[in-house]
Amino acid sequence: MSSRDEILARLRAATADVTTRPGERGPVPIIAATSESAQATLTLFVETVTDYRASVVRCRPEQVGAEVAAALVRGRAHTVLVPSGLDPAWVERARDAGLRVRPDEDDEGRPLSADQLDGIDAVVTAARVAVATTGTIVLDHAPDQGRRALTLVPDHHVCVVRAEQVVHDVPDAVALLDPARPLTWISGPSATSDIELNRVEGVHGPRTLDVVVVD
Amino acid sequence: MTELPVQDTSPTFLGMPSFQRAAAGALADTQQRRNLAHATATIRAKRAAAVGEVEGWEDLRLAGAAAKDEALHHLPDYLEQLEANLTARGATVHWARDAAEANQVVVDLARAKGADEVVKVKSMATQEIELNEALEAAGIAAWETDLAELIVQLGEDRPSHILVPAIHRNRAEIREIFARRMGAVGRAAPADLTDEPERLAEAARLHLREKFLRARVAVSGANFAVADTGTLVVVESEGNGRMCLTLPETLITVVGIEKVLPTFADLATMLQLLPRSSTGERMNPYTSMWTGVTPSDGPQEVHVVLLDNGRSRVLADEVGREALRCIRCSACLNVCPVYERTGGHAYGSVYPGPIGAVLNPLLRGTSSEVDQSLPFASSLCGACFEACPVRIDIPSLLVRLRSQVVDEANGRSAEAASMKAAAWVFGDHRRLEASQRAATLGGRLLGGRTLRSLPGLGAWTQARDLPTPPTETFRQWWARTRGDGPATGGDRPAGHGDRPASGGEPHTPEEGP
Repeated sequence: MSSRDEILARLRAATADVTTRPGERGPVPIIAATSESAQATLTLFVETVTDYRASVVRCRPEQVGAEVAAALVRGRAHTVLVPSGLDPAWVERARDAGLRVRPDEDDEGRPLSADQLDGIDAVVTAARVAVATTGTIVLDHAPDQGRRALTLVPDHHVCVVRAEQVVHDVPDAVALLDPARPLTWISGPSATSDIELNRVEGVHGPRTLDVVVVD
Repeated sequence: MTELPVQDTSPTFLGMPSFQRAAAGALADTQQRRNLAHATATIRAKRAAAVGEVEGWEDLRLAGAAAKDEALHHLPDYLEQLEANLTARGATVHWARDAAEANQVVVDLARAKGADEVVKVKSMATQEIELNEALEAAGIAAWETDLAELIVQLGEDRPSHILVPAIHRNRAEIREIFARRMGAVGRAAPADLTDEPERLAEAARLHLREKFLRARVAVSGANFAVADTGTLVVVESEGNGRMCLTLPETLITVVGIEKVLPTFADLATMLQLLPRSSTGERMNPYTSMWTGVTPSDGPQEVHVVLLDNGRSRVLADEVGREALRCIRCSACLNVCPVYERTGGHAYGSVYPGPIGAVLNPLLRGTSSEVDQSLPFASSLCGACFEACPVRIDIPSLLVRLRSQVVDEANGRSAEAASMKAAAWVFGDHRRLEASQRAATLGGRLLGGRTLRSLPGLGAWTQARDLPTPPTETFRQWWARTRGDGPATGGDRPAGHGDRPASGGEPHTPEEGP
C-alpha cells in the first residue's frame, strides 16, 4: 500500500466514530470588531501602524508624490525600485529630487536577481487591503505591488494605501482577498522577540516601513 | 480496532530520564531560572494586554476549536481536498507515514536539485522528525534562519520553547555564541558586537543574508494548510520566512496532517487567535500565504510533504484527539508554573510545557520513562486551558493520561483501587472515624515533620510532599469543644445518632481547627 493510501486508511479508521458529515458545522462564524465610522477606522489604523514604530502620514491624492519623496529622502535612499503597475505620479517627485528610480528589470529586460535587489535601497508600492485593528497591510502582489521579492530584499518599503482600502478587522480583509494570489501580510517593520522576548525592529525584512494613507 | 503505530522517539531524546529527574537539574540552574522567569513574565503581560483588547475573544476561541475539530473529524476528506487543490496549482504532494519517510523525501528532493545546503524556516514538524540531522548525514547543510533557532544551532544547544527556542539564553550568552561561532559557518559577527538586542539582530541579518541570496532550496513548515483552496500559511516575525519562501527556486514544506483548516474563511479566526496568544501582538510582522506555484513570482518548484508520524494514533483516541487542535502558539508554556521553573529541556521532546506533557505521551505512547512521567509534570492549576486559543482541556487530558500510566504499570488501575477503598471508608461513619483516628495517630507520631513519600504513591509524591495528618479530627475537635463531652473515640455522641448522614459526613476529613 502506498504511504498515501495507508495514511488515509489509518485516518478513516481513526475517525470511524464520527457521525457528522464534512461541512455540517455550517458557515464559519464571522467574529469581528465593528467600526463606528470610516473616519474612526482610519484613525485607528494610523494608531496601530504607529504602534509598530512604522511611520504613517495622511495626505490628499495630489500630495502623494511629495510624501513618497519625503519618506525616501528621510531613509537616505539613492535607488528606488518601482513595480510596473505603480501610478507614475507617485514617484515623480522622487525622480525630480535626483533619486534613481528603476523598474524590476535588468539591461536585457529580465527581472532583477536577488543579488541585484540587494543593491537597491528602497521600494514604493501600493497595497491590496489594510486592517485597522491590527495595523496590517496586505499585499496581493498585483502589478502595482510587484512580485514578492521586491518588497522583501530592499531595506526600506514605502507603501501607499488608499483610505477606502482600509477595512476595520481581520475577517473583513480575509473576505476581500483572492487565495489564488500570493499574499503577504505586513504589520510594521521586520522585528524579532527572540532576545529576552522584547520586540526589536530590524532583522531580515525591510527595517523601515513608511505608510502613506491617501484620503 | 487495531492499534495505530506510535511515533518513534527521535535519537536525541532516546533514554531521556523522567521529567522529575531532568527537572531537578534544570531547577539547580539559577541563571536559566532567572532568564525564564523574566521572559515568561514579559510575554504573559503582553498576551494579557493583546487578548484584553478583543471583545469577542471567547467567541473566537470557540470558533477556533470548532474549525480545528471540523478538520480533524473529517481529516481524510480534507486532506484529499487539500491535495487536489495543491496539485491543481502546480505543487507536488508527498505523503510520509513517519519521520524516516519524510526525511527521505526531503533528502531526495534536495539531492535531485544538486543542493549541498538548504535554508530553513523555523518549523516544529521538521524539528520533530530531526530533518537537520538527516540532511547532515546526507552531506547537506541545513541553515536555520530564525534568530532563536540560529542561536540554538550555533550554540549546539536544544530548543526549550516552541516560539522562542532560545528563551533560556540571555543577551550576554547570545553575544558570546555569535562572536564565537558565526565565523566558522559563514560571515563572522562584527568584531565590536555588543549585547544590545539591536546589534545582535543586525549580526544575524548580516550573517544570514548571503545564505538567503545564494540558496536554491528552502525547507519550511506551515502554520495552516487550507483545504478548500490549497493555500499554505507561514506566520513569522523577522522576514527570514519570507526570504525562504520567496527567493529559492525550490520550496519544500513539511506539514503535519493536523495543520489542515477546512476553509480560507477559517483564517479570519486563526489570524486573530494565533498572534495575540503567541507573541502577544495584535498581529505578527509577516504572514505569507501561497497557493501552489505562481508563475514568475517565488519558487517555481513547490513540494508539500504531509506527515503522519503518530498523529493518526492520537486521532483514534476519541478524547485525546483534541490535543491535535494545537496551533503551537505556546501560550500554555508561558502561563505554566511548572514550565516557568523547569524550562523546556526536561520534557524530553521538541514539544515542551503543558501541551508537550499531553502530546508526547499521546504521540509516542507511554512505554518510555520520560513519557510515563510527563502527565505528572503539572500541578493541574488549569492556567493552560484558560490560555489555550483553541480550548484544549489540557488538565483533563493529563489526569486521563495519569490513570493510563498507572494502569499500565500495575496491570490494573491503582487509582480505581484507591477510589474503591475510599468509597468503602466514606460509606460508613464508623470506618471513617476509625481511619481518621489512625491518621491522627500518624500525625501525632510525626509531630511537625513532613511526609516526603508514601509507598504506592511514587509518581505523585516524587514532586510533592504529603500533608501531615492533623493530631485531632474535626469530629474529635467538635466533640471536645462544642459537644456534649470529651470525644469518646468511639461512636457519635449520644443524640446525634438519629440525624441523617448529611451534616455529619465531612467530605474533607482533614479539615480541623
